[in-house]
Amino acid sequence: MVNFIDTIVASATPPGVGGVGIVRISGSLTEDIARKILGSLPEPRTATYRYFLNKNGQKIDSGIVLYFPAPLSFTGESILEIQGHGGPLLQSTIIETILDLGARHAKPGEFSQRAFLNGKIDLVQAEAISDLINAGTEQAARAAYRSLTGVFSNHIGILSERLLKLRVHVEAAIDFPEEEINFLSDELLLSRISDCEKAFSNLLKKTNQGSLLRDGFQIIIIGKPNVGKSSLLNFLSGQDLAIVTEIAGTTRDILREQIDIDGLAVELIDTAGLRDNPEIVEAEGIRRARKAMETADALIIIQDITDISTILNIEEIPKGLPTIFVQNKLDLCSVKPKIEDNSVQISAITGEGMSELRRLIKEIAGYENLGEGAFTARKRHIQSLKKAANHFFNGKNVFYEKQAGELLAEELRLSHQALGEIVGTVSSDDLLGHIFSDFCIGK
Amino acid sequence: MTKTYDVIVIGGGHAGTEACLASARAGVSTLLITHRIDTLGQMSCNPAIGGIGKGHLTKEIDALGGVMAQSIDRAGIQFRILNASKGPAVRATRAQADRELYRNAIKDVILNQKNLTVLQSSVDNLIFDSERIIGVVAENKKFFSKSVVLTAGTFLAGRILTGKYEKAGGRIGDKSSTILASNLRQLPFNVARLKTGTPPRLNGRSINYEVMNEQLGDNPAPVFSFLGKRRDHPKQISCFITHTNEESHNIIRSALDQSPMYSGKIKGIGPRYCPSIEDKIVRFSDKSSHQIFVEPEGLNSNIVYPNGISTSLPYEVQLKFLHSIKGFENAEITQTGYAIEYDYFDPRDLKPTLETKFVNGLYFAGQINGTTGYEEAAAQGLIAGINSARRALGKDGWFPLRSEAYIGVLIDDLTTRGVSEPYRMFTSRAEYRLTLREDNADLRLTPIGRKLGLVDDARWAAYNQKYEAIELERERLKNIFVSSLEATAAKLLRRPELNYSQIIAMDEVGGGDFGSLTDVEQIEQIGQQLDVEAKYSGYIDRQEREIAMHAKQESLILPKDIDYADINGLSNESRQRLIKARPTTLGQASRLEGITPSAVSLILIYLKKRHLKKSA
Repeated sequence: MVNFIDTIVASATPPGVGGVGIVRISGSLTEDIARKILGSLPEPRTATYRYFLNKNGQKIDSGIVLYFPAPLSFTGESILEIQGHGGPLLQSTIIETILDLGARHAKPGEFSQRAFLNGKIDLVQAEAISDLINAGTEQAARAAYRSLTGVFSNHIGILSERLLKLRVHVEAAIDFPEEEINFLSDELLLSRISDCEKAFSNLLKKTNQGSLLRDGFQIIIIGKPNVGKSSLLNFLSGQDLAIVTEIAGTTRDILREQIDIDGLAVELIDTAGLRDNPEIVEAEGIRRARKAMETADALIIIQDITDISTILNIEEIPKGLPTIFVQNKLDLCSVKPKIEDNSVQISAITGEGMSELRRLIKEIAGYENLGEGAFTARKRHIQSLKKAANHFFNGKNVFYEKQAGELLAEELRLSHQALGEIVGTVSSDDLLGHIFSDFCIGK
Repeated sequence: MTKTYDVIVIGGGHAGTEACLASARAGVSTLLITHRIDTLGQMSCNPAIGGIGKGHLTKEIDALGGVMAQSIDRAGIQFRILNASKGPAVRATRAQADRELYRNAIKDVILNQKNLTVLQSSVDNLIFDSERIIGVVAENKKFFSKSVVLTAGTFLAGRILTGKYEKAGGRIGDKSSTILASNLRQLPFNVARLKTGTPPRLNGRSINYEVMNEQLGDNPAPVFSFLGKRRDHPKQISCFITHTNEESHNIIRSALDQSPMYSGKIKGIGPRYCPSIEDKIVRFSDKSSHQIFVEPEGLNSNIVYPNGISTSLPYEVQLKFLHSIKGFENAEITQTGYAIEYDYFDPRDLKPTLETKFVNGLYFAGQINGTTGYEEAAAQGLIAGINSARRALGKDGWFPLRSEAYIGVLIDDLTTRGVSEPYRMFTSRAEYRLTLREDNADLRLTPIGRKLGLVDDARWAAYNQKYEAIELERERLKNIFVSSLEATAAKLLRRPELNYSQIIAMDEVGGGDFGSLTDVEQIEQIGQQLDVEAKYSGYIDRQEREIAMHAKQESLILPKDIDYADINGLSNESRQRLIKARPTTLGQASRLEGITPSAVSLILIYLKKRHLKKSA
């Protein structure tokens, strides 16, 4: 039997607002976590009503729990299922609590993988797992890529660079004590520590404000002027939000609206129409639209079905962004043209084609196949960031209190490793490379 | 007439030495073939053993029954602990060696080793039987064996350069192995060139030490071997430090066109951490001065090794810049500095046992694998020696993991990632640095060495005695309550401001209870161990958890006939990399460049499926 030591956690229900939210934990820490979050270990294989406690012992929710001790469980490891009330906030509070107790976010297909490796699934069932991991990985990579665009990526980039610089300094001190540079006592080291500290604090603050972790799937609607972007937004949101007129270029700013598609939280962004030669006022709106596209999770490109000239120049779409092509104004059409892949024909006036559009949005959000969507990818990134920050601050403290350079180095290594889960790992050879290019070292 | 051995070791440098000794100690008949018996144990470059990372290697070799640490204990003329002010995990022992004493110490062991025959000869070719090696040709004599360890150092197509002067050679005064090199090039190995350099050697009587800073050794001097005794040390002497200056830099700068490296005559890649003085001046032009360690080569030798100014400039330029340096105003060169360029074989063509993937029974160790340094060479020699003997005995190979030893880090780095410059050990290469310390090398490896047949009864008894004593002392400290500080002695030991010797100096604690142990060196080691255990406890626990998490993956051997094309879902890029690298374990696969955790999962699932299909 393959014995996995780390414990994984994931939501077993789709993200968004649902009736019941199920969180599943598997691994060797399951019992420990159960005792802490439920107060005591529940009866095995029996549905039990319990309160769920946060790390301070306060009740956060209540519901049914199921405990399956190893090896008689789906994965062959001890499993705990927590069925609470749905809702993204409650769910993520429960998951956060479990992460704090030592678990980590499961990767796509990981529960099934463990089940197979522990002999819980037969060969026939197992054939699908490789595909699942593979598909999940690709999806996760896309999601991760999207999570990394824009502001978050810039900040992480800066942080990673500063951490590397600090590590170069500390590692050089350890590996090259005979050089005439007193690495551990010089001002530069202190300033590098403070640079990192600023970068970490800055990012954590943003994370806590939620500006990095949106609790919704962000879709941006673009198209040439007057093809019906605002009408679509109004239809989907059920409110009269955007100014809808016949004059091209009415929407000059960006409009944001939270909508709910069968429990999936979606943030819709309406932008100024993209035109080749806009008026000066509108140029600013277009600039903002382009910027918004950099951080969006998906794109809806809308065109007027009755007017070929409204087909958007494809070069303006950022690479790798999932896109739905919407042909609007079906109500003005007597003959329906052929439908392409990933495209849908609608009428934002009559509502025709709208259910198909909703289905496509859910598909792109990974809402129905439970794969890794942008939410989970981003949550994993933020967990990694927090882990990295913890190690950094531990390192700083142990250095200031004990002057222990090697412990600072160890914490920084762990910090960099955690950050590496977001930006890719830095090998010891890369690190040495930086040392040799920064310092004249060697006899 | 021909003679058959179990193992033949080619080359009597630091790798060859440990290889033939490990093989002979493991109980198989071993033949060492070397160019010159006189140069066994020769230090071709600087006369020193140990240093950061390298001291760790030396102590690990010692724990596995190797000879390097005990030899330097008998030949060291200045011992120091580097990083003494930093934590115990990164402290390292370094010793300046008397070249002659070191050579004698090594030669003494080799020539008295049971199961080991030494032959002075060059080796021109290897004898194969399909994909297996069966012997060697040494100056028209044939010798047969079950396995062969090749430790050719810089001798394969070695080329020595000083200014415009150039000649073939493996080391100053020694010819290179040109025939063997060209024969080896016929085999399917990936061969490339590396270079390294040495400084000019000086006549000590021509140096003015009065104007230099003296660097004393530690007092009391540390020992290298876990069995080492301070009383084995010869007389201890000082080193000195001086510096280059703007004038020296100007002299070198204006002669750069005469340096083979800058004129393009040398194409091999040199080490970034051990740059020539030419390199230092070009790459760090803002530094107006570079440090030179003036190291004696021996108690009875007047030759001095100026460490820090390796160069391949012409003799006249070397002399001129030396004379611009404080204390070297009248220095005489006894041997010109030179650069040496040589063949090395891509170590990714090796299994972690150091057996080649192309030829069964052929092992490579030392500089031939792209490493630099005596300690790195000796460590590989030891592993190749153990495994060549085990192969001859029909036993499975053995190699330490990254989590067990710096030797494991070295072997894994070489065979998984290859080298892009001469590879040297640094502690930053070891992710489990806090666990892999000098002080516990014996604890980590002696029991394994015993199982492998490398640790003799005397060492084994000493090991057990020491660890029993540690147990006793640990228990004693737990049970003593220091009332003035309101804590047990064991708890006090955890405090950063207190160390073991300060604690046993307290009236309420008193001297240790070490059972039958009386050696002062051993008792010092016990104090260190207890100190480290207490101070690092949380960190070591965490590293152990991390190690346990990877343990399964590390020990999972990938079947030889694994077909990566058959693995569902692997990306094309991952597949190509795996096919090219042919990793030995799943752990090794996971460390290949571009192999993601999900690729590792896919391999795991594939293996499980394969197993199910086979048993069905």
